[in-house]
Amino acid sequence: MEWMITAKEPGKTYLLQGNEAIARGALEAGIRFAAAYPGSPSSEILTMLGHVAKDMNLYAEWSTNETCSFEACMGASMSKVRSLCIAKQNGLLVIGDALHTAALSGCKGGVVLVVADDPSAHSSTNEFDARHQARSAGLPLLEPATFQEAKDMVKWAFDLSEELGQVVMIRGVTRIHHGRGNVTLGELPEQLKEPQLVAEWDRLVAINWFHDLMLDKLDKARSIFENSDFNSYEGPDNPELLVITSGTGWFYSQEAIDILNLNERVGLLKLGCTWPLPQEFLLKHLRQTKKVLIVEEIDPFLEQNVSSIIGHNPNIQVEISGRSEGKAFPRIGELNPDLVRNAIAGMMQVSYEAPTSIALPADEQVLIPPRELTFCAGCPHRASFFVLKQSLGMRPAGGLVMGDIGCYTMGGQRAGHYGLNSLGCMGGGVNMAEGLGQLTRFGFKQPVIALAGDSTFFHSCLPGLVNAKYHNSDMLFIVLDNSATAMTGFQPHPGISVTAMGEKAEAISIEKLAEAIGCQVTVADPYDVENTTETIYRLTKKPGLKVLILKRECATLVLRKGTRRRMWVDPALCRGDDCGCGRFCSRVWGCPGNIWDYTAGKAQIDEVVCIGCGVCASLCPAGAIKVEGGEA
Amino acid sequence: MMQQLIKDPLNIIICGVGGQGNILASELLASALVEKGYYTTVGETYGASQRGGSVMSHVRISAKRQFGPLIPFKEADIIVGFEPIEILRVARDYCNINTKIIFDTRPNYPLGVLIGEAVYPEINAISRELQALCGSVQVVGATKLAIEAGNPQAANIAIMGSLTALPEVPLDPADYFEILKTRFTGRVLDLNVAVFKLGYAAIKQ
Repeated sequence: MEWMITAKEPGKTYLLQGNEAIARGALEAGIRFAAAYPGSPSSEILTMLGHVAKDMNLYAEWSTNETCSFEACMGASMSKVRSLCIAKQNGLLVIGDALHTAALSGCKGGVVLVVADDPSAHSSTNEFDARHQARSAGLPLLEPATFQEAKDMVKWAFDLSEELGQVVMIRGVTRIHHGRGNVTLGELPEQLKEPQLVAEWDRLVAINWFHDLMLDKLDKARSIFENSDFNSYEGPDNPELLVITSGTGWFYSQEAIDILNLNERVGLLKLGCTWPLPQEFLLKHLRQTKKVLIVEEIDPFLEQNVSSIIGHNPNIQVEISGRSEGKAFPRIGELNPDLVRNAIAGMMQVSYEAPTSIALPADEQVLIPPRELTFCAGCPHRASFFVLKQSLGMRPAGGLVMGDIGCYTMGGQRAGHYGLNSLGCMGGGVNMAEGLGQLTRFGFKQPVIALAGDSTFFHSCLPGLVNAKYHNSDMLFIVLDNSATAMTGFQPHPGISVTAMGEKAEAISIEKLAEAIGCQVTVADPYDVENTTETIYRLTKKPGLKVLILKRECATLVLRKGTRRRMWVDPALCRGDDCGCGRFCSRVWGCPGNIWDYTAGKAQIDEVVCIGCGVCASLCPAGAIKVEGGEA
Repeated sequence: MMQQLIKDPLNIIICGVGGQGNILASELLASALVEKGYYTTVGETYGASQRGGSVMSHVRISAKRQFGPLIPFKEADIIVGFEPIEILRVARDYCNINTKIIFDTRPNYPLGVLIGEAVYPEINAISRELQALCGSVQVVGATKLAIEAGNPQAANIAIMGSLTALPEVPLDPADYFEILKTRFTGRVLDLNVAVFKLGYAAIKQ
């Protein structure tokens, strides 16, 4: 909460979310600039910094994409002010090119890049390990293990960044970013640094000649890391087992060692500085043991790098286990306290008796129905996917729909009648469609459609659209414009007339942009099922590139504005199971607002969730669904 | 202020469906505990929670140190829930023979049930299985209490009232009201206080 992250109460302990702790750390470091593109589980950081920006005298923006945000931070850094960039793991790869050049040029004012990894992909398409990027680019890397460290590390990272003249990366994971814990506040700076004049030779230029200099900075970081308090050891002098861990692995390991009563036998080495590794610190402890277990999230990053240190020191003889062979831990997915406890118990050959519960015999257990994700009641995407299915169904060879990233990704599931033929990364849909659309010259006959949301359109579809237009691919590009970055929590984007700081901005029209590069643009309303079905059918029959904007505001925004209309079923008109529609509204249409009254055997509207979009009323063959104020 | 816990760490799970106020409930509870001086950790995932998915918050309370954000399997001391099948889903993984359960019996039908492909189980069957699985099961009509007080959306606060009435939870209603005062004012605050009291009384009797 904003008042906690700006509180002038050093020493006071609050319950803070990891993202709040990170924002607080950045304020304690005196940042003047912050930029990000939304991505769970990191989005709350920039949202909060945007809200407090004016009071705290800093600038914060939701950039068009992650590269924009990171390079904007590098730009601000030239004037010696401190900048914070935030991304999720996928966003980090969007920054990738800029990250590798920034590592060569280094920075002036401190630049810290916070990356939120998402083990088990709770709110992502894919899990992967962001730490490789720090190593690849040659940047120092920190990993907070607690909520307190999330705050403290951000502050320290800015000092380190300026000491080294280098960008510093911090890697968190979902359980830290979206978890909450005790955080004791530090001081906020009395005075903030003003932007400095940039002298003629005060340049940030990436040339390969600086590669060596970059490696020198890493060496310096390593020597600083050797003495950092973020690395620690707890346990006996000669442990039978040395557990080396970072991030959430530390919580789980500490709990496991306690509960297994192994404090006298197992040592716990916590690493907060994970690239470059503090080699001497590690060697000191590796010499004292024969067995090592590495506990880390996602890839065997520490495991491989610690193994490399061991390989260069033949006098050290240890057996090392971790994620790489899939024995101590599964090779994929998030860690948890049970996995870590079992791994430690297994290596120490001790047993643990977990509390028990008494399950009913299998045939007496309740069958729990799964709870699938679906579009919200009244969501325009439900209508868009229905329309797509209808119009492609009119074509003998069907058609292909290339998906993208956003709420509409759920269109690939039952919510959208399994309506996606491909799903990749941000901006991937339009590019894949461009490729397929070029094959019509060899007789490929199926119509090809690409989807993108409005925020995704600005983020990464513009080069793809230019490419498709210039090469005149036979495809239809549909922008599902709901005037929102809905999936991540309604952050502003260039199509919306307000910024992260709540300032007014001139919204950029997707229609005019597409027209400016020569596209023929049609705008339609997904709620108008009949006409929009016809429009898509017509457009997919035309050769060349076509652009269709399906424009309708996100249902959650309608709900928030309180502009919803009441809808109800007229029981006199609903023919129930005798209708022949097969309970179309609740069974096929599948909106949470359409329910079935099993007692009356008739359709019903759930007035708690219905937003009154009126689409089901237009589709009901008996005309039994009524909308307040008449037609939809 | 801080007292020794009957069990340390005390592991509480709050579960339901996205939109039922799970996150707010766990955040308010944990804030009240931190204010009393306890180390409190909340683990939750809500990437897709606003789309009607299952949500679950783990709250871990200790007088000794900060615990990790996840409760080990079978080691929840208390599970409170806003939705019957969600509480059973969680109880199968996390409860043991001593676990206490408090839940609201109002169902929230999943998509598969709405479209007629799956059947929502009988509440009695759910209660029977919960009773077999864990130490004690108590039903609180949280939504009903919230409607009584004036807003069905405050059901989450009613359940927090019931939870606070358990002897293991080191909080008094007054501690919770202090936190409510930092988040709400006027009529919304009064409503939340009233709903909390109803939930508290439902268990304390």
